[in-house]
Amino acid sequence: MKVTIDNIEIDVEPSTTIMNAARKVGGDIVPPAMCYYTSLKGSGGKCRACLVKVAQGSTADPRPMPKLVASCCTNVQEGMVVQNITSPEVMETRKGIVEFLLINHPLDCPVCDQAGECDLQNFAFDHGRQQTRYDFERRTFDVINIGEDIKLHMTRCILCYRCTMVADQLTDGREHGILWRGDKSEISTYIQKAVENDFSGNMIDVCPVGALTDKHFRFRNRVWFLNPMDAHRDCKKCSGKVVLWMRGEEIFRVTGRKDQYNELKEFICNDCRFENYDSKNWIVDGPRDIANESVINANHYEEGTKALPKELYSKLNNEKWENV
Amino acid sequence: MGKKILLEHINKPGIKSYEIYRQNGGYNSVEKALKELKPADIVEEVKKSGLRGRGGAGFPAGMKWSFIDKKSGNPRYLVCNADESEPGTFKDRYLMEFIPHLLIEGMITSCIALESNLGFIYIRGEYKWIKKILEQAIAEARAAGWLGHNILGTGYSLDLIVHPGAGAYICGEETALLESLEGKRGNPRMKPPFPAVKGLYGNPTVVNNVETIASVPWIINNGGDAYSKIGIGRSTGTKLISACGNINKPGVYEIELGLPVDEFLNSEEYCGGIKDGKMLKAVVAGGSSVPILPAELFYKTKKGEPRLMSYESLSDGGFESGTMLGSGGFIVYDEDQCIVRNTWNFSRFYHHESCGQCSPCREGTGWMEKVLHNLENGHGKMSDIDLLWDIQKKIDGNTICPLGDAAAWPVASAIRHFREEFEWHVEHAQEAQKRNYGLLKSTKEYFSALVV
Repeated sequence: MKVTIDNIEIDVEPSTTIMNAARKVGGDIVPPAMCYYTSLKGSGGKCRACLVKVAQGSTADPRPMPKLVASCCTNVQEGMVVQNITSPEVMETRKGIVEFLLINHPLDCPVCDQAGECDLQNFAFDHGRQQTRYDFERRTFDVINIGEDIKLHMTRCILCYRCTMVADQLTDGREHGILWRGDKSEISTYIQKAVENDFSGNMIDVCPVGALTDKHFRFRNRVWFLNPMDAHRDCKKCSGKVVLWMRGEEIFRVTGRKDQYNELKEFICNDCRFENYDSKNWIVDGPRDIANESVINANHYEEGTKALPKELYSKLNNEKWENV
Repeated sequence: MGKKILLEHINKPGIKSYEIYRQNGGYNSVEKALKELKPADIVEEVKKSGLRGRGGAGFPAGMKWSFIDKKSGNPRYLVCNADESEPGTFKDRYLMEFIPHLLIEGMITSCIALESNLGFIYIRGEYKWIKKILEQAIAEARAAGWLGHNILGTGYSLDLIVHPGAGAYICGEETALLESLEGKRGNPRMKPPFPAVKGLYGNPTVVNNVETIASVPWIINNGGDAYSKIGIGRSTGTKLISACGNINKPGVYEIELGLPVDEFLNSEEYCGGIKDGKMLKAVVAGGSSVPILPAELFYKTKKGEPRLMSYESLSDGGFESGTMLGSGGFIVYDEDQCIVRNTWNFSRFYHHESCGQCSPCREGTGWMEKVLHNLENGHGKMSDIDLLWDIQKKIDGNTICPLGDAAAWPVASAIRHFREEFEWHVEHAQEAQKRNYGLLKSTKEYFSALVV
């Protein structure tokens, strides 16, 4: 099917969403996604960050769609013409969405572990306004422990529902969900019960903000001081392909491998994530490819080091690293 | 006297009971539908009648029925939306409470048309006593052989289930209603797919309002053409209007669509005029979510034509100078009512009832309520009015379900038509606590012109 997104024509399979068609083109025209997650069924449509304008519905019915549509859950039609960054209306609306998402967000980025790899931070940086127009008290919640490994800062949550979908679709037995409604709704387990299962750690990775954080990593380091390294191990429960976040020889945390849209390619188990902080347990494949504009990429890898043979990385030595 | 279709027998003593209802011609339509008509004929009759959804959106009911997927072979469901919770609307309650068998009869005939073997009535949780009334009516109908296996020996089986909600306005939205009926959290679903393709438990489902379903028996008995002759233009048939506010005779009235608003508001047969001889300030014509109209625009459209109680006439002029018939919740404000306070009150409702699924509605409704609270209580700034306008614009049309729109429209229309009053609240913060702004200049001019 032929679709035009921001004047770029592309051929995609039928029943592709506008979002995925745009991702196929790549670059600036990809709408931001705060709640859509490719591997989670039923995700998307909630944050409204990805709203786009459909200027022409299809070749058969060239009328424009009356409202902006969520690109993550609207399928393309033959001859559809979509406007994303070329539509002032869309950009204005997106500005409004950032504002809505931020009015009850604490903006505590300086003390938040997610800073530097936060979808909301990036989204607000790209589309937000300089100053808030909201001068009321923000909603706050107590920080609660949900299980051994995860802490929940409900105050930071933007209610994308991703973590509840992980609980629903990935783990055995649903353990938490949304309580209450409206701006009082909160993610919670039933009467603060622990979340205990082998894949619960993925909730941390799918969280677009710092609402769910790794208790082993909290306040230990900023992500941009760490070197993310691709690594793997033999794991019976999952693929064992992870990213180690290291400083020197020390592993500060283990996460799954995220793609350029901050989505996990493969979910990893809690054994890999929380139990293996010894670098002997891992075979390091090499430094992780991080997008140029990311703050994590700021000053770690010089041009050319990525081209070095992989064997050099198998032995980790920080001094050597800097001398290369 | 206008024609009465739904409330024809409402004042007969004992109409609640099966015997009296049957004596007054009740359940004749079921017999006709099963023995004389094919399901497709019934759909055709309803299409011919021009009956439009009475829940608020006004979508043609016959069209909705014809969208239902009968080819897949999956079970089909009819769900009656009795989750009536819009502020100002109380027509379904009246119908269900005083003539419950009409709804049951409508459910049966509609189920026959859709070839469905199971129907649900999703009733508002607060209507606990009406749930009992309906269940009693269903039991009576079942005992008389109108429900159950092999109805009237035709081989057709049907059962009805009454299911109460748990007190959420959002569950009146059809997809949230289906989620709730499935036992999940009442969050609206993304559309498409529409319920007619993938509804309750993933099967084709039709969701109709109580009043829509209750109109079906008359259409079966008298034919779609007879129904389409009542009313005006594309607004056919009769509509229940629940009138409240500063009027002499609040209550539920059945009107023929096309009745002039002047007659409805001022005649003795209906609302009986404004209470205590005061002047009209504004009207919300179809439940709290439709735009509020000042008196001069309510009586006459922008073009100068007298306004009628019909889908088309009320929405004449779009949202700039018109409103909507909506669900028929008719709220009248006299000269002493405060529009800012009223808008804040509506906003508070939508803030409380937002499901919290999508961000513009979750955050925007709360924000609007807080800004309006400030304005009403003398802490407002002039810039707040423009801020409100901007917030409602960012919500309108950008949410998953129409609740976001419903929250934005009253605020937008109040600012559009009553901006002077908002400004007065900012400029005279102290005074606004003690007295109301009263009538707008334009409204005063309008009424003085009428006197001459």
